[in-house]
Amino acid sequence: MNRKTATTKQTTTHPLLWALLFTTVFSLAIYSIVFAQGSTPTDDEVNQIAKKLYCPVCENIPLDACPTEACRQWRDQIREMLSQGKTEAEIIDYFAATYGERAASDPRDKVKAYLVPIVAILLGAAGLVSALRKWRKPQAARPTAPANEAQPLAQMDDYVARIEEELRNRE
Amino acid sequence: MIAHFGFGILLIAFFVTLYATLTSALSKREAPQRAASMVESARRAMLLTFPLITLASALLIYLLVNNHFEVQFVYQVTSRSMPTYLKVTAWWGGQAGSLLFWSWLMSAFASLATLRNWERDREFLPWVILVSCFTLAFFLGMTAFFENPFKMFYQTSDGVGAYFFQPANSMLFTPEDGRGLNPLLRHPGMVAHPPLLYLGFVSFVIPFAFAIAALITGRTDDRWIRITRRWALWAWLFLTFGLVFGGRWAYDVLGWGGYWGWDPVEIAAFMPWLTGTAFLHSVMIQEKRGMLKHWNMLLIILTYDLVIFGTFLTRSGVLSSVHAFAQSAIGPLFFGYIIVTFVASVALLLHRWGSLKAETEMKSLLSREALFLFNNLLFMSVLVVCFWGVIYPLTSELFTGSKVTVGPPFYERATGPLFAALLFLMGIAPLSAWGHSTLKTLGRALWKPAVVAVAITLALYAFYTRNAYALTGFFLVAFVVSITVYEYWRGARARQKSKHENFLAALSNLTKRDRRRYGGYLVHLSIALMAIGILGIELFQIETQGTLEINQRMNLGGYDMQYQDIARFTGPDGREVTRAVVGIYQNGQFLGNLHPRIDYYWDAQQAMTIPGQRATMKDDLYILLVNWEPASASGATFKIYVNPLVNWLWMGSLLFLVGIAIAAWPEKDRERAIVKASRQIHEVGAAK
Repeated sequence: MNRKTATTKQTTTHPLLWALLFTTVFSLAIYSIVFAQGSTPTDDEVNQIAKKLYCPVCENIPLDACPTEACRQWRDQIREMLSQGKTEAEIIDYFAATYGERAASDPRDKVKAYLVPIVAILLGAAGLVSALRKWRKPQAARPTAPANEAQPLAQMDDYVARIEEELRNRE
Repeated sequence: MIAHFGFGILLIAFFVTLYATLTSALSKREAPQRAASMVESARRAMLLTFPLITLASALLIYLLVNNHFEVQFVYQVTSRSMPTYLKVTAWWGGQAGSLLFWSWLMSAFASLATLRNWERDREFLPWVILVSCFTLAFFLGMTAFFENPFKMFYQTSDGVGAYFFQPANSMLFTPEDGRGLNPLLRHPGMVAHPPLLYLGFVSFVIPFAFAIAALITGRTDDRWIRITRRWALWAWLFLTFGLVFGGRWAYDVLGWGGYWGWDPVEIAAFMPWLTGTAFLHSVMIQEKRGMLKHWNMLLIILTYDLVIFGTFLTRSGVLSSVHAFAQSAIGPLFFGYIIVTFVASVALLLHRWGSLKAETEMKSLLSREALFLFNNLLFMSVLVVCFWGVIYPLTSELFTGSKVTVGPPFYERATGPLFAALLFLMGIAPLSAWGHSTLKTLGRALWKPAVVAVAITLALYAFYTRNAYALTGFFLVAFVVSITVYEYWRGARARQKSKHENFLAALSNLTKRDRRRYGGYLVHLSIALMAIGILGIELFQIETQGTLEINQRMNLGGYDMQYQDIARFTGPDGREVTRAVVGIYQNGQFLGNLHPRIDYYWDAQQAMTIPGQRATMKDDLYILLVNWEPASASGATFKIYVNPLVNWLWMGSLLFLVGIAIAAWPEKDRERAIVKASRQIHEVGAAK
């Protein structure tokens, strides 16, 4: 009986729970959008993106570490864009489009940037493999060679072992 | 007057070097007796360059220290307010002076090389003189005719300009004060970094000179490698320390919380290190197994040209754009020199190709020599990534007109797996045998250290981190460390048993008996320690930034920082110092004060952000004063980094020094015995 009541209760509260959950999520989403647009992003949020950008003037100093006035203005711009709700990718795209591709710390065209070293390394590896094969060929042509070489060593080991044993027996 | 004198000495040094180059080159055409006297004359001329360049350098230092701003170079790199020691180091603070400094070191090293005992290798001498003097002549020529540190300012009707000689109707022009050394270079790290780097660069020229001598004379056995083994080791030591000091300087001065930014200038110094390291490993294959003779030649040729490329790049910065390269007077000359020397060396190598055949064959893919080959492939792969990363912006600008930045993400992504593979090889290679190794023999040697490494990694997984990259890295480090320690332990135990020595004596005698091997193991150990530091800062660095009012606090990684005070005052050398006092707390306990500051140099109109640091083996607390305006009421902005384990990097470098010193220290008795024996053979031969 008790179990039945409980089951009935559950079924009746179900839609209510869903409604509550939906309202909470929806209001949180609305709140977060409004809040995100209204609030000032922290320095850390700005630096997180600035790290991935370089200004055209300060050679090789990432934007988050550059002390110049121009770079400070760029960081302010990032802050503003963040408070407008822009994402990291959108902000980096904007800087690359406005100031040229060099503003981004990573080449935009990944294929062009990575293809050459990858091909060169693969070629090097292929060269090494073919060289190793070539070196090992004479050995393959004479398959008995290693066995011949190994044999005296094995014999030596036996010989040494026997001497050792005999010496031990004498003691 | 002194500048003219310096210029004159520089010209004489240049012509003496040319004389030595030509005389040694032409000596082979003459009859043996005349040839010998020509080589001796060339050798003496070579030896004369050192006092000459020393004198020219001393004159330049005199001008720098005594504020002779009528000299263009002095005006560019010093100012009245600079302390004397910095005025002296300004010698290598600008392009013209650093080229002279390079020439001075080159001349010193070439002289040292020509002063060695040549009894066994007389046929190499003229060619070693030729190569080192040719290199020296190039640098001296560059210094004398293009980047002359003795040029002076003259006022003509067209205005003020810098000239070699006084133009007609002109007057000497002396500025009131100099522009001063770039503030970034006014740091003890920068005092040591360029000389060490250049020492490394220049010492690699000597093995190259011997390699070319071996190719020219056709004496293509491993003699040239044996003679230059120590040169190469010392070169490698200097280069490594040059890089480490550079990293430390960047960490202390550049104010971005790191030590390595994958900057083209850093990479330019790193590239010869890569080929040099590959060379040091692969020459062992030639010595032990008589293999890879072509490859070793190619590696030392590459190292030489990368050294020239590095020297050029570290000073000129022309890689930033194609235009800068075209505008630089010395850019095309350097480029031409690199092409000419590379093509000529490779042509010579091809000429001797047939006589450089391997003496033995590769028997197993797990043998020491095969593993060294994989190590070489990996070093060359890192080189390819670095080289491409440096020239990609240039090629992109050249072909598409759009400039790109190749920053740390590219290099980290591309080199990370390669470095991991190198660590792995560094672990297993010492346990594989020369000639022949099987999976079984290797496995038998490996399993104990591997178990230790796995146990350490599991402990780290349980108590420290779940980061897969970090765990892989730490596993590899633990693997290398346990194998190295195991190798030492095994060797010492064996000695202890056979020679009845105590463990410490056995350890020390073991190292003395085979210093190259055990010194090398220490170097491996030091690289593993450095890897701990690199993994720590790369994977676990945390940072935060915020603006604080006096007495307000900010926290990060268990540390609390309290902003206590700030002051602005004028420093002893005229810079404006803005210095904050912050208190550091951990778990409520006061640890001490730090003083991050901003130094503004009026003469160079440049600011430097100097961090306040608290270093422990666990982590570094690194605090930067980002901004403070006395007029505003908004407080001061600080940036805090916690850099875990970074000090292992610096500690590792000290162990590296010990390892190389053990491996490269001259074995006097042995050398003497060899020389004595060779002299006796020579005498017996002469008597017959």
